[in-house]
Amino acid sequence: MWVSSQPNTEAKSIVKIDVLIYNSRNHMSVISAKKITRVYGKKESAFKALDNINLDIKQGESIAIIGKSGSGKSTLMHLLALLDTPTSGSLFINDQDSGKLSKKELDNLRNQSFGFVFQQFFLNSNNSVLENVILPLKIAGMDRKDRTKRGLEALRSVDLADKAKNKASDLSGGQKQRVCIARALINNPSIIFADEPTGNLDSQTGNKIENLLFKLNKEQGITLIIVTHDDELAKRCSRQINLKDGKVINRGKK
Amino acid sequence: MKLIDILQTANSNMFRSRLRTFLTIIAIFIGAFTLTLTNGIGAGVASYIDEQLGNIGAKDMLIIQPKNSNPFGESTSTPQKYEEGQSVTNTGGISMTLLNQNDLDKIRSTPGIVSADFDISVAPNYISGPNSDKFKFTASSYYDGVNISLKAGSIPNNHTDEKQILLTSDFPTVLGFESPEKAIGQNVSVGIKTPTGEQKVVYAKVVGVQEKTLMSMGGLQLNSPLISELHTLQTEGLPADATNKQPIITARFDQSLNDKQLEQLKKTLNEKGYNAITIEDQIGIIKQVIDAVIAVLNFFAGIALLAASFGIVNTLLMAVQERTKEIGLMKAMGMSSRKVFLLFSTEAMLLGFWGSLIGSLAGVTVGLVANKVATDTFLKDLVGFELTSFPLLSIFVIMFIIMMIAFLAGTLPARRASKKDPIEALRYE
Ligand SMILES: Nc1ncnc2c1ncn2[C@@H]1O[C@H](COP(=O)(O)OP(=O)(O)OP(=O)(O)O)[C@@H](O)[C@H]1O
Ligand SMILES: [Mg+2]
Repeated sequence: MWVSSQPNTEAKSIVKIDVLIYNSRNHMSVISAKKITRVYGKKESAFKALDNINLDIKQGESIAIIGKSGSGKSTLMHLLALLDTPTSGSLFINDQDSGKLSKKELDNLRNQSFGFVFQQFFLNSNNSVLENVILPLKIAGMDRKDRTKRGLEALRSVDLADKAKNKASDLSGGQKQRVCIARALINNPSIIFADEPTGNLDSQTGNKIENLLFKLNKEQGITLIIVTHDDELAKRCSRQINLKDGKVINRGKK
Repeated sequence: MKLIDILQTANSNMFRSRLRTFLTIIAIFIGAFTLTLTNGIGAGVASYIDEQLGNIGAKDMLIIQPKNSNPFGESTSTPQKYEEGQSVTNTGGISMTLLNQNDLDKIRSTPGIVSADFDISVAPNYISGPNSDKFKFTASSYYDGVNISLKAGSIPNNHTDEKQILLTSDFPTVLGFESPEKAIGQNVSVGIKTPTGEQKVVYAKVVGVQEKTLMSMGGLQLNSPLISELHTLQTEGLPADATNKQPIITARFDQSLNDKQLEQLKKTLNEKGYNAITIEDQIGIIKQVIDAVIAVLNFFAGIALLAASFGIVNTLLMAVQERTKEIGLMKAMGMSSRKVFLLFSTEAMLLGFWGSLIGSLAGVTVGLVANKVATDTFLKDLVGFELTSFPLLSIFVIMFIIMMIAFLAGTLPARRASKKDPIEALRYE
């Protein structure tokens, strides 16, 4: 089934069509990792943060990456999000080998298909809430008029339309994270990557953020890949990937 | 990211750290201000000199001095051999080689020279008018063909027996005339001392009053009968040999000579031991001096800009450091390294833009005010003189150059920003 096993490009396209016919949209794999390893540093100081990970994520899944601190969760997420390249092994996005994509194609892919939410908010405190939300569209080169419209829509979906003109620094922590979610979904992504999205929030506010993410997952079929320490949150996901010292130790289904 | 968004983002980023931006801009401001002002003065003076050159007239005149003799006299560091028959004058410790009849003959016989005469220098001690107050003045010969901007009356005539004098615009009132016009046709007395110390007076008729220009700086202009009379009195009783020597000979050359032939003539005279320059050359010297002064000022402006570019590097390196997370986020969201580079180099250019814009505007303002003050006061009599002149193009050129310098300075921090790894940037505490 793997595209990389096909020797020529013609065969590749045939397989692609096969995949489309065979899998309904909800079962198509959006990301698959083949034996990926990530080593930090060189020689004596070399450290294997991820060791031979195999992973297959289908469209519409919600994945929780769990494990102790330092187990390699963030490292894995960065690799899946194409922010980093594996030391060995390969990664396929929509059945395309990411190693064969140009820098520009990678940038475009992240810009068009991915959304990011981090534990830290990374909001520009000088700019308005709206300006922060539309940043991905600005990077994409969209007109001001269109991006403002989309930005307001995104803010409405996180119940913050009335704060559009406020400075980002004026908001509470929960509100800030909602702004981040609005920013993550403004480009209609197929995958949202979230690294400890509730880590900085109290449980009640955290719950609200979780609800928001799962609503997007259910209603829009957006794939969620969430790094978390929170067992409750992990259990709400359709699948958990438990990491220990850079290795997957179990794969539980709900 | 679209160019307009990059421009806008860079501009608003620039004002995020106001004080730092302000301090960086100050250095650029100083450079731009100095460049604008010096070039303004340069352009102003140059255009005035060009204008003066344009209507100077007497374009066929050569001012001839012995070689190695300069207007400031000789101050040779090595002893020079005395040649038989050579005359030297010593005024205030400065010795000048003099030209004699022999030299005059040699110059007259040079092909291309139409006529030549001693430039007789006279040193009268005063001039006085109706109110009998005596004033010091410098006397110089009026040369046929020299254009003079007249305030009243007419130019002197060298081909008459009448002794005539041309006043400059500040003289009529102090001498006691009601107005420059009232002075025309009136007599003034010129005092001169004979070698024996006897005070003599010569009467001269005022034929005209001239505007003060660069050309009138030489003093009051006297026609040849008046000059001869004064010279006679000045050398009264001296042997003929002593009187027939002058530091300068003025000659007229054939007006049909082209530039190349004129150069050749100057060269020939040079080989004969004379230094010949036209009036145009003489004014050219003033221009050279001014150009040199401006070059020095521009050099300092250049140093200010060099310092400013380090300021830009410093400011932007700090900005890159501060915005590490933001850069990481933007790169994670798919902003290309090229656009990140562009964002920061645009910010550098904007620093250059604002600094040079404000600097040039301040330079122009100060220049115009200084010009107003100067032309109202000490340059009042120099009609048509503009201390500064600011052609728009030269301001654009200055701004463009400064923005390019800022861009170059910005490449280092911009490169650093574009090289940031999004992961490290996002992990950055
Ligand atoms: N740039 C790096 N250079 C060297 N080692 C690194 C680097 N980045 C991460 N590591 C190491 O790799 C391991 C995995 O790091 P990672 O950030 O993925 O852990 P994590 O599971 O996300 O931890 P936490 O829950 O604390 O965020 C850690 O031991 C970390 O020290
Ligand atoms: Mg982590």
